[in-house]
Amino acid sequence: MSNAETKATAKADTKAKVDTKAHANTTATVASADEEQDLGAARSQLSTAPKEDAAKEDAPHLPSLGVIGWARWFWRQLTSMRVALLLLFLLSLAAIPGSLIPQSGQDETKVADFMNRHETLGPVYEKLGLFHVYSSVWFSAIYILLFISLIGCIVPRTWQFVEQLRGRPPRAPRRLNRLPAYATWRTEAEPEQVREIALTVLKGRRFRSHVAGDAVAAEKGYLREAGNLVFHLALIVMLVAFAWGQLFKSEGTKLILQGDGFANTMTQYDDFKSGNLFTLDDLDSFSFNLKSAKATYERNGPNRGTPRTFESHITYSVGADGKEKPATIKVNKPLVVGDSKVYMINFGYAPVITVRDGKGKVVFKDAVPLLPIDGNLTSSGAVKVLDGYRNAKGEKEQLGFNAFFVPTFAGAGKGQMLSQFPALDFPVLALSAYRGDLGVDSGIPQNIYQLNKTNLKEFKDSKGQLLKKRLLPGETMKLPDGAGSVTFDSVEPWSRFQITQQPGSGWALAGAIAAILGLAASLFIQRRRVWVRAVKGADGVTVVEMAGLGRSESAQLPEELGDLAGLVHDKAPTAPDHATEADSTPKSSGTRTPPSSDSSPSSPSSPSSDSSDPSHADPAPEPDAGTTNPDPPVVPAEGAETP
Amino acid sequence: MTHAAATELAAATNENLANISNVLIYSAMAVYTLAFFAYIAEWLLGSRSKVGRTAAALTEKTQVAKPAVTVKKAGGTAVLERPQVVVRAAAGERDVPDGPGAHGGDEQGDLYGRIAVSLTVLAFAIAAGGVLTRALSVQRAPWGNMYEFNITFSTVAVGVYLAFLALRKNIRWLGLPLITTVLLDLGVAVTILYTASDQLVPALHSYWLYIHVSTAILCGAVFYVGAVGTVLYLFKDTYENKLATGGKPGRFASSVLERLPASASLDKFSYRVNAAVFPLWTFTIIAGAIWAGDAWGRYWGWDPKETWSFITWVAYAGYLHARATAGWKGRKAAYIALIAFACWLFNYYGVNLFVNGLHSYAGV
Ligand code: HEM
Repeated sequence: MSNAETKATAKADTKAKVDTKAHANTTATVASADEEQDLGAARSQLSTAPKEDAAKEDAPHLPSLGVIGWARWFWRQLTSMRVALLLLFLLSLAAIPGSLIPQSGQDETKVADFMNRHETLGPVYEKLGLFHVYSSVWFSAIYILLFISLIGCIVPRTWQFVEQLRGRPPRAPRRLNRLPAYATWRTEAEPEQVREIALTVLKGRRFRSHVAGDAVAAEKGYLREAGNLVFHLALIVMLVAFAWGQLFKSEGTKLILQGDGFANTMTQYDDFKSGNLFTLDDLDSFSFNLKSAKATYERNGPNRGTPRTFESHITYSVGADGKEKPATIKVNKPLVVGDSKVYMINFGYAPVITVRDGKGKVVFKDAVPLLPIDGNLTSSGAVKVLDGYRNAKGEKEQLGFNAFFVPTFAGAGKGQMLSQFPALDFPVLALSAYRGDLGVDSGIPQNIYQLNKTNLKEFKDSKGQLLKKRLLPGETMKLPDGAGSVTFDSVEPWSRFQITQQPGSGWALAGAIAAILGLAASLFIQRRRVWVRAVKGADGVTVVEMAGLGRSESAQLPEELGDLAGLVHDKAPTAPDHATEADSTPKSSGTRTPPSSDSSPSSPSSPSSDSSDPSHADPAPEPDAGTTNPDPPVVPAEGAETP
Repeated sequence: MTHAAATELAAATNENLANISNVLIYSAMAVYTLAFFAYIAEWLLGSRSKVGRTAAALTEKTQVAKPAVTVKKAGGTAVLERPQVVVRAAAGERDVPDGPGAHGGDEQGDLYGRIAVSLTVLAFAIAAGGVLTRALSVQRAPWGNMYEFNITFSTVAVGVYLAFLALRKNIRWLGLPLITTVLLDLGVAVTILYTASDQLVPALHSYWLYIHVSTAILCGAVFYVGAVGTVLYLFKDTYENKLATGGKPGRFASSVLERLPASASLDKFSYRVNAAVFPLWTFTIIAGAIWAGDAWGRYWGWDPKETWSFITWVAYAGYLHARATAGWKGRKAAYIALIAFACWLFNYYGVNLFVNGLHSYAGV
């Protein structure tokens, strides 16, 4: 840094000694209780934060207090900052286990796996609700307490704030020079004039200001408090919106073949779950048709086979008979209808299969969706011919085929039948054939992707083995003894959609935006007070004093006060007459000593003040009550010390 | 055929760019290393001077907490001399002057400090080039895996530091700890986390990625700067306490800590930095929720990454509350700030590497 600073630094040691000897008295001992009270009043209500001492209150004495006393004590504890802090801490602590232990809401199989692997720990975790932390009693208890505390904190603070808005900034403390930022000068203007000027200046800077006694009292930055209240209120709005959404939400999935359609009624879903207060009437009314489903995959490089795009091109219509509109659903782009969102969550293949009976009559022709079992879309499923088929003897019978499909076959004899790539490069379908009773009518819900083989008989090949064959598109497998044939015609893609309906997300979003704005206001706006006192000095010249007070010490406050003082000073300039200066400032010597080079503790992180040469001067001498230093403290800038 | 040729050509260009990026990142590391030595030189040369003002302010028997008074010139030289503003520390605050900085007033030390900053600027520019070419090579934002995340993160952290310097903030003391960790971060990136450049899985194709991840990186960088300030605050505060109670700190501690800003200054610095990015962190989480809503069909699913973002958020909210609660200001609040940053770190490294979730793009 500069030479000057180096020099000054070297001096600092000796200087500090001089200082301390000269001002051995401490503020604490000098400042009278009276004065502290005076300053306290000036500082009062600069925020609506709850009074700290309320929380520190000791537990009530048992005999002296009844139930009401206890309840009041408990309530005051709950709504104190200390307990809010504790609850916040507990909340973050309580959220941890859910991130490390499998959660049933996310992955049921992992939970089951965990239970299997930890025979003793599993049941304990179960008891403690550690597999569903975020809906467990203890987690809920913490956040509910926090939000009760929050409400108990906001309501009184809001009233207090309204009161503050209705009232006026408090009057000036007696000793303005004890405040964090202070300026003074003497002027020829009359005190009333100066107050008038100050009022105009402060109002021009959008301070709420009024004349109280011999001084103007002004305050600004109420938006900080408002922002803080809005933020905490927005948290409540968000929580309520989430809770609402959980209670009324519904979620279901549906696999749709290319070319097929869907109408949003519960019967159409493959699976469906809903919140406690959801009713069927709540489902948004819309329908859509899947025109085409597409997926592309990386062909080269180390990530060969990873998906690049998933797309479903649809047409949809809202309401019972709305107009058809085209749309594309992608991974990050759901279709939004009312409170519902339609997501594409999966993609797969459905071989088109034709089954003929012994006479060559087509008894089944359909695309049969198969479920992917690996990343390269090796898929499996079942083909079920329920009715219309008669065997060689002319009897009614049902047919079933186990289907195994690979979009890209490795080639005959190359290991297992597993797909090498997810796109349809070399599609092969392997079928094995059964006949008999598929058991569909037994009343037990059936998995459409699996055969129930209890009442099925295998078709046998010439060697007496289960009849199975690998088919390329267009190829046919003959069933033995004139039982007919099955043909693999082509492959159709399908998309699986998830349709979620969650009301209240609009509110949650609004709450989130309000929270951010409120937070920004609360953290970036400084609430501060400024007083301007103008009184006639003993010599008939007006003494102007200005002081600023912020809620917390801020680097900007002195700068702002400097600006304001400058504006007032322009209209009420320093009196040209300096004749009285010499004897009216007996104690100004302190401020005249050359400063040490220490930078101001109030401007550490913002050496923007560097530009204005902060110089750590000696502590001001205790001025006599009521009087002021008629001359502005003249302190040479740091540079002045350079030799 | 022509199409295939074109894609091949593009692939070659991308590979070239990726290689250039790697070279730039290694070069940046080399220059950061030089900067590191220059900062060391600044500290070493600075130790020659006797600073001792903290000690002077605190060890004098007669000295008891007394408000500081500072006189500021109201800016500008108006025709009329404008009144000057007297500033004093709030009552009850320890009145300790800021240290002179790492160079300790030593001219040669100061020179090395300046060299260190220049080298940091150079390394930053090279690293930024590395990040940019990486982005061009993959034709997307360079935040697809942990390697890319790491190189971007360290570059942004240095950018934040340089921005503070450019704003003439007194922050050069941050240089050494910052560059040390940046070197560590880049070292981990190029050795353990390195992933060949590649495109994104579909779930990462969203403009919310740009918004969410860029703000997350920025928040992390700023939180990091705040955390370094907090750690230094704790050391300096211990040092000041020791002096104030008549203790005698070790020579090394005095030499280093004397040169840092006063504990109150460091504390305020960290507070401002943390408070300033907290709204942005809130926004980051909300943006992430919106993205999750689009990508996975739910806004919030307590995925490990989401959970730890939430924990980090609550921890920082706790820190801000602590600052407003009597009895929790100062050291206790500082500990909370460090815990909060540890949560952030765990969310990044821990969750990516040890916990399986939907956000498993770590690519390691
Ligand atoms: C849901 C949990 C809560 C969160 C996430 C939260 C968050 C925050 C944040 C980030 C601030 C910082 C704003 C600032 O420093 O001005 C703040 C301030 C504040 N909070 Fe909370 N808060 C929560 C609950 C509460 C509760 C329960 C209370 C009541 C005891 C409370 C009372 C306050 C007060 C009085 C302030 C202002 C402090 C000041 O004036 O500096 N908060 N809160």
